[in-house]
Amino acid sequence: MSITEYFELLFTDYTLRTITLGTAVLGAVCGMLGSFAVLRKQSLLGDAISHAALPGIALAFLITGAKDTNVLLLGALVSGLIGTFWIRGIITKTHLKTDTALGLILSLFFGFGMLLLTFIQKQPNANQAGLDKYLFGQAATLVEKDVWIMAIVTSICLGILLLFWKEFKILLFDADYTKTLGFNTRFIDIVITFFIVLAIVLGLQTVGVVLMSAMLLAPAAAARQWTNKLSVMVFLAAIFGAFSGVFGTAISASQNNLSTGPVIVLVAAVFVIFSFIFSPGRGILFKQLRVRRNRRDLQLQKTLQFMHEIASTHEDTTHPHAIKILNNFQGFTKKTLKKLEERNWITLKGQNWSLTEQGFFEAENLYNQQLNNEHTAN
Amino acid sequence: MSTPQIEIQLIAAIVAIACAIPGVFLVLRKMALISDAISHSILPGVVVGFFITQDLNSPLLILLAALTGVITVVLVEAIQKTGLVKEDTAIGLVFPALFSIGVILIAKNANDVHLDVDAVLLGELAFAPFDRFLISGMDLGPKSLWVMGTILICTVILLFLFFKELKVSTFDAGLSSALGISPIIMHYGLMSISSVTVVGAFDAVGAILVVALMIAPAATAYLLTSDLKKMLLLSIVFGVSSAIGGYWMAHWLDASISGSMTTVLGLVFLAVYLFAPSKGLIAVLYRQKQQRTEVSLLTFLLHLNNHQEENERHINHLNEHINWQKVRSKTVLDLALKNNMIVIENDLVALTEKGKEFTDLALEYIITNKDENIEPMKDDFFLFRG
Repeated sequence: MSITEYFELLFTDYTLRTITLGTAVLGAVCGMLGSFAVLRKQSLLGDAISHAALPGIALAFLITGAKDTNVLLLGALVSGLIGTFWIRGIITKTHLKTDTALGLILSLFFGFGMLLLTFIQKQPNANQAGLDKYLFGQAATLVEKDVWIMAIVTSICLGILLLFWKEFKILLFDADYTKTLGFNTRFIDIVITFFIVLAIVLGLQTVGVVLMSAMLLAPAAAARQWTNKLSVMVFLAAIFGAFSGVFGTAISASQNNLSTGPVIVLVAAVFVIFSFIFSPGRGILFKQLRVRRNRRDLQLQKTLQFMHEIASTHEDTTHPHAIKILNNFQGFTKKTLKKLEERNWITLKGQNWSLTEQGFFEAENLYNQQLNNEHTAN
Repeated sequence: MSTPQIEIQLIAAIVAIACAIPGVFLVLRKMALISDAISHSILPGVVVGFFITQDLNSPLLILLAALTGVITVVLVEAIQKTGLVKEDTAIGLVFPALFSIGVILIAKNANDVHLDVDAVLLGELAFAPFDRFLISGMDLGPKSLWVMGTILICTVILLFLFFKELKVSTFDAGLSSALGISPIIMHYGLMSISSVTVVGAFDAVGAILVVALMIAPAATAYLLTSDLKKMLLLSIVFGVSSAIGGYWMAHWLDASISGSMTTVLGLVFLAVYLFAPSKGLIAVLYRQKQQRTEVSLLTFLLHLNNHQEENERHINHLNEHINWQKVRSKTVLDLALKNNMIVIENDLVALTEKGKEFTDLALEYIITNKDENIEPMKDDFFLFRG
């Protein structure tokens, strides 16, 4: 199946529609909540939580013996939360640092999960096959019920997000101020963290435990480049997330034996790279262009300054001078002279140049930014 | 015990030691998550190297993959330098992308590569003894034993050679550059060693569990000591004992060896986290409770010092005035009595000479807030604790 076929089938085929809808919703909720994780500098918490969810899935299966998605995800939620609170306990109660705590919980829980998974594989239970799809995710296993659950959880998250928007926002940017205003920061903090865990758990089936963190981070990191406004960022991240979900699923469905997780992550990474380079405000490309322009302006001003020095030795400041005498100064080329003329700072006549009144004024106030700005404003 | 069993345990122990040494420095330098990033992102390097060499233990593959690890570090630092995202986000963006590339490479070439995703995550320690190192027909033992042994010996030699430099650049980067030891060279040296170790251990324990072998022993040791040499030794001990314990647990459960090694590491960490003498959870909670009582005692003594009126000094008044619960007031009173700070006559509390002296000292500290006053007081507090 090629990608174009995929999109043609999208509107007719029930399974494809379900899967696409599912990954779109998932991407949106991950992007939305991921924005908070990124801004709270908790980017890697997602990584730890998603790995920590694995033993929960295995234990839920061991206890119930059934492979019901919801039960397994409930197990994942519980074990993810235990991991989160243990991380918090390690950070607050011992002198181990955040990174150590995250790495510890991530690897220890995951190792325990893998132990359980291999243990389950040896059990004489025909039902056990397919648990390892939670490692890298398989969107094809999504059914309509899963999508409904995702949609419901997403709308609840969205509702609470809108309801407590102000509180979330203020906690995000100034936790101390929030405390002095009398908000229960601990509670808000726990709510946000709980939501992040929830988003991760929702994505396990599609993206898998190993790569889920990127699903949370990448859309948010991409959205961050385009705006400085929280609401816009959350909205953009949701859109980026949804698109990477859909495209990733489309690509992985059109190829053989490709897990969805890695493909979605790569699509999201493309979004990130694109945003890093091309975003107008913060992007590398435009930043570089701005640096260039500033450098050129500086060069221009240097030439102007030199001309001003020469011109000010004359009574008549607009007296023409030979271009030759600029020679011992290296900051000028034909182009700079032309630029200066374009700005009406000098006039060129044959081999001579002369400062205009405006040019003289400009040069005089070169180091007086304020005056300079006022002048251009006028 | 059969020979393969002994060999597996030997390999596991060597991997554990080789991981524990760089792990200690990573934990101390607050770069534990870099090991996570490296262990994920070497995957494309391993896969590409495998296409070329067709052998997971070939030195070329190890170097190639280790290079990918160092590239990851450089990439993360480059992204951080742009200032577009925070440090941890940079790590979180780079390694999943590289890991995804690796997984996709494996999936697309599943027929040509004897490498599956399970092996990537878990390693194949159980099969390690079957890949023998043969020189002109002579059996010299398992290949991975040789590979990891070489890596370990290199690490140990470098550790002994550069111990002082590593130490100073870890704890005081400023001092180290003032002394002419470049922290940057130390940084990249450590990163290279970690990458090589991760790649070597990758075959045995897999991408994610190698992180456990690096961080967990070091973190556990860090809870028990603050001496670098002791920490190194302890983490090696923890690493090796969990590796061997994990092997037997896997044997008993018939499950993945590396999974159970990690689980044992986790149990060891949990035990130390709870029971470590001064930095463990229980010790910390106990100390916090004691400190709370001590502060209460101080408040109480100051209160007594302030009031000469009888009704203020009445024993039942405590509950109302300072708003303490019964148990707490009793603890505080007992503590003060035991230390001869107060006397109780007819349910009236009065300060003794010693109590008065102590309160004056405390007041002086509160007013001047100078640290030299607090030192002798700390000794007094020890008196209470004893």
